Amino acid sequence: MSTDVATTTLGIDHRKLGMWTFLGSEFLFFGAFVSAYLLYLDTTAGGPGVEIFDIPFTSISSFVLLMSSLTMVLAHHAHTKGDMRRMRMWILATAGQGAVFLGGQVFEFNVFFREGLELSTSPFASSFYVLTGFHGLHVFVGILLLSSLYVLSLTGKIKPNQDVKTEMIGLYWHFVDIIWVVIFTVVYLIPEIAVIG
Amino acid sequence: MSTTDAPDQTESEGHAHPTPKQYVNIAIVLAVLTALEVSTYFLDFGTIAIPMLVVLMVVKFLYVAGWFMHLKFDSPIFSRLMYTGLAFALVLYAVMAIVTLFDHAPTI
Repeated sequence: MSTDVATTTLGIDHRKLGMWTFLGSEFLFFGAFVSAYLLYLDTTAGGPGVEIFDIPFTSISSFVLLMSSLTMVLAHHAHTKGDMRRMRMWILATAGQGAVFLGGQVFEFNVFFREGLELSTSPFASSFYVLTGFHGLHVFVGILLLSSLYVLSLTGKIKPNQDVKTEMIGLYWHFVDIIWVVIFTVVYLIPEIAVIG
Repeated sequence: MSTTDAPDQTESEGHAHPTPKQYVNIAIVLAVLTALEVSTYFLDFGTIAIPMLVVLMVVKFLYVAGWFMHLKFDSPIFSRLMYTGLAFALVLYAVMAIVTLFDHAPTI
């Protein structure tokens, strides 16, 4: 542990404890939106419902986001070894995959919008857009954090012995991924099977 | 700044972390599980489809949390924080489901 980092009385790095407390609260945050979505699943008010989802397309973007967790953890591993060049390469790869996922979501929202699924069309539409939109916002924030990490590392402001900074951003990124693991199953796949069969 | 300076002492030193090869193996497992999930859309798994999807989701969740977020190797306090948030989320869903059920219950 570096000397400028205080540990808590639990003997844990206070930054990691803070991050995990934040992530714990974020599970509740997304839990509320997932709950609302499930409860409003069949309230389409005559508008489009889950049949509008393009599962093959969403599967590909889900896969891209899942694999971004691998590049993120490899970036952290490279940082723990002091290999800053490789760390930056993996950070860029992670941010790139996040951008691909976000681009896919923007495209998906555009298609849904043109097919009549607007934010105020129905409780189903509102709960879907709020849930997936907030997740997209988290991905966007993650990309900003990754970009900052890249620039700060390039300018030498993040040093090879400060790997907890990469780990913290990694925790946030993996959280974004883990939430999508839940959303992909609960929001897309299960309703598609349950409603359409 | 040298790009491959070996750090004197990293901040996370002392924790056992997996090797890159292990991370890649986990990613392969996750990819296979995702392919299985997606197959439920194309193939008819009958009544086991939804339970299967839930199990696959939980397994993927645990793999990412345990290996990529290092919960398997870090202090158990972090796991407790995560599971507390999850437990609250499940309780919230249960309460909302019960309230909705009573909202739609026939009145006498």
